Amino acid sequence: MNFLQTISEETASLAANGLRFILMLVAIWMILGLLGWFRPHSIRYVARALFPIGALVCLGVAVLAGIFLATGHEPEVLVLPLGLPDLPFHLRLDVLSSFFLLLLGLAAAGISTFAAGYFRSGEGSAPALLGLQYHVFLTAMAMVMLADDAYLFMVAWETMALSSYFLVTSHHRIPEIRMAGFLYLVMAHVGAICILLCFGVLQGGSWQFTFDAMRGASLTPFLATTAFLLALVGFGAKAGLVPMHVWLPEAHPAAPSPVSAMMSGIMLKTAIYGILRISFDLLHVRLWWWGVLLIFLGLFSGIFGAIFAAVQTDMKRLLAYSSIENIGLIFTGIGLSILFETCNLHLFAALALSAALIHALNHSLFKSLLFLVTGSVLHATQTRNLGKLGGLIRRMPWVATLALVGTLSIAGLPPFNGFVSEWLLLQSFLFTPQIPHAFLNMLIPLGAAAMALIVALAAYVMVKFYGVIFLGQPREASLVNAHDANWLECLGLGWLALGCILIGVLPQFALGAAAKVTQNLLNQSVASGSTVWFIAPIAPEQASYSGLILLFGIVGVVGVTFVLVRLLAHGRVRRTPAWDCGYPWQTPRMQDTAEGFGQPIRHMFGIFFRMERDMPAPTDSVPRYRIYLEDRLWRGIYLPIARGVQGLADAVSVLQGGRLSIYLLYSFVTLLALLVFVL
Amino acid sequence: MRGISFIRQFVEIGLAIAIAPLFSGWIAQCRAWMQSRSAPLLWQPFRMLRKLFHKEVALATDASPLFRATPYVLFGTMVLAAGIIPSLVTDLPFARVADSIALIGLFATARVFLSLAAMDIGTAFGTLGARREMMIGFLAEPALLMVLFNAFLLYGKTALPSLVEGSSAPRSVVDPSVIFAAVAFVMVLLAENARIPIDNPATHLELTMIHESMILEYSGRHLALVEWASSLKLFNYACMGFALFVPWGIATHGADGGVPLLMAVAALIGKLVIAGAALALIESLSAKLRIFRAPEYLAMSFLLAVLGLLVHLLQGA
Repeated sequence: MNFLQTISEETASLAANGLRFILMLVAIWMILGLLGWFRPHSIRYVARALFPIGALVCLGVAVLAGIFLATGHEPEVLVLPLGLPDLPFHLRLDVLSSFFLLLLGLAAAGISTFAAGYFRSGEGSAPALLGLQYHVFLTAMAMVMLADDAYLFMVAWETMALSSYFLVTSHHRIPEIRMAGFLYLVMAHVGAICILLCFGVLQGGSWQFTFDAMRGASLTPFLATTAFLLALVGFGAKAGLVPMHVWLPEAHPAAPSPVSAMMSGIMLKTAIYGILRISFDLLHVRLWWWGVLLIFLGLFSGIFGAIFAAVQTDMKRLLAYSSIENIGLIFTGIGLSILFETCNLHLFAALALSAALIHALNHSLFKSLLFLVTGSVLHATQTRNLGKLGGLIRRMPWVATLALVGTLSIAGLPPFNGFVSEWLLLQSFLFTPQIPHAFLNMLIPLGAAAMALIVALAAYVMVKFYGVIFLGQPREASLVNAHDANWLECLGLGWLALGCILIGVLPQFALGAAAKVTQNLLNQSVASGSTVWFIAPIAPEQASYSGLILLFGIVGVVGVTFVLVRLLAHGRVRRTPAWDCGYPWQTPRMQDTAEGFGQPIRHMFGIFFRMERDMPAPTDSVPRYRIYLEDRLWRGIYLPIARGVQGLADAVSVLQGGRLSIYLLYSFVTLLALLVFVL
Repeated sequence: MRGISFIRQFVEIGLAIAIAPLFSGWIAQCRAWMQSRSAPLLWQPFRMLRKLFHKEVALATDASPLFRATPYVLFGTMVLAAGIIPSLVTDLPFARVADSIALIGLFATARVFLSLAAMDIGTAFGTLGARREMMIGFLAEPALLMVLFNAFLLYGKTALPSLVEGSSAPRSVVDPSVIFAAVAFVMVLLAENARIPIDNPATHLELTMIHESMILEYSGRHLALVEWASSLKLFNYACMGFALFVPWGIATHGADGGVPLLMAVAALIGKLVIAGAALALIESLSAKLRIFRAPEYLAMSFLLAVLGLLVHLLQGA
């Protein structure tokens, strides 16, 4: 009894001082990053020793954030004597930030464990530099979620962008990677400027840049809309919302796999956090058409991402496009929530927001898992090209099994976690006919259909991903030398896979965590109808789902069937060559390629692509088929903008004559002009 | 009370496992009659299953555990789905496990597993079939969802037992949206179960195959389970259609005891007999479409469902 009491007291004190403890843990990350410099070139020391400690710290952050979320305390605030003289760093731990810290801790624990086994010497930057950048990146992301004033937020946001830029370009000797890094940096800064401007609008003339002051500011609908749109552009650029997605498929493949996993799994979620913080916490005015805009952008991003993912031939680019798709789904959920909330349908708003939050959590687990899997495959085979992989399930059974969990989760299949959030999102779509806008009523069910298309396309993409990499015959002779991942890598993958399964079979806990957030933001939550066995977001007779019974059911029926078949039929198996309808000459080249898998998509959704195709002539002795697909938006939007900027710069460069006397003349004229102006 | 409902649950599952091959056999029989061929016996599918269970498995050398596990997973998901869909009674312990949307997800799980297994050996036909099957899947799912959206608009629920209770309530006129949704559902059913006009279950031409080319490498007991699962899938889809559109005879909540259950069994068999004959008629009257016409066919089904939705919303407005 005493023991239990001590534990509960300890928990209470942990919860009461959650912010301080989390800050301490975050400081440990910085120390770990700096400790690497004692032996900067030793992989054994930096990766194998420091990264696992970092992973434990991640776990600690997750536990603390989880305790805070479970006990549901009042927000904790803290002012650090750092920063500007009249604007010290304000920190705040509330339910929203603790949910995202929980996400960060859970995903980063797996990624850091994997990274401990992943980094090899002689690849890219020196280990200590990598370790420093990696841990600064983690710290910055945690600080983004804890910041309670615009200044600290922007400092953390920029630190996050810069540290991830250096991580992306850790193989900077390759020109494509430098280009990808540059594009990422440009997009990150365009986004940051918009966020900065957004804070400028949000302070509402009080010139107070703490979030507390912004919560108190009363904005007109026009100013609120301006702030919201700026936030949408700023955070949308970070999240990879179409049409601000171009950096994502370039930067993710360029980065080392653990970094891609961090960027896709966690960094994109900081943008989700930002948009939620601004639209649900800092702004008091919300207009219904914001929601419609978000739904439209979200669904478009979803379809766009899924279609482009289906035609990729590089495994990491494929996953990057799939991230765009998932971010689209999250934004759709947020949009639905805003729409419902402005129509006073608070329960459905909570449902849609819960779906978005749980999908963010799920995506951070399964996308990190799959990016890490590509890392293991890359180390085993030295290629990212899907056309040179195949049959790895026989060479890398552990990685293949864990990848299967991630694949089924991301494809949105029960009883895994991706299904839960997509189901909740579809459920919230069902209630759109109650919105009192006659036109929207008819339009939004089509959104549900678009969402079903996205989910089903995601399944197509993931069958392609898993099938081409792990199944079939090896497409290159060198693949027989592929080896399984080491135990640290498998541990990291296993942790994330476990998360996918647990959230899938016990969605109650994720729903409960999301309910805390929706209670806080919308004064409404949907967890009430759920029991240990079932989740029923609105009412049990309306719709319910039980991942646990589904899993037990499938396992039970499969077990009984297996035993019965073994008892009643015999168990003889003869190993033979594959039959394939009796065709005697089979080569691995006769399997579908990644391009082949993209063919129906190219055929049906041709309007999305700009395609260049070289067909082999019938007389060619060495026939070659080449296809090049490009995003229409790249030529439609980005190149004109780039050309415009270039033209402007050229026009301005007329001023730069290179002669000192001319420059002195400029100064003189400027001075004269100023004098005239002042006098 | 709980015990009885569990007994009913197992009766329903057992009946589904037993009837499903007979349903496939009945369709084959009707098709043969309509096409003036001599018909196979009704229990021909059982004879084939028996034969397959007694053969040894010829397994490709490179087959992975995924390939060997898939027939069991397929069979498991389909049996579980049969337990969830209220084909006889609505008061089932499993019925709350998944609503109709989650049921689509369950079918998708089976489809993804079969497609992955088809890619496992790495033969040309297997991967081709997997790609086509997944393509049909992503085209059919939006249409199916729109059908369920229709049902939700009518009855305010997606849980199948509640839908049955909602749709069996007596009403004077049939809502026109129901008809649109029912046509759309039948079109999806044909596509999802590899029937004509999308796929031909009796084809011997590999290049036009979808479902059959995925299971070319299976043999013996594995093939038996896959075939059984396919017939269960067709049975499940039919029962889902009954629950949505013709729920008469299903023992609803409160109707306990043996008589309603027997009535429900009789009603189910009657509906299956009619539905099987109708499916055979549709299949005899239409020709198989080229694979690239499949998007048009399923878009048609999608549009019909959306039309039903609009009709309903306009009625309300």
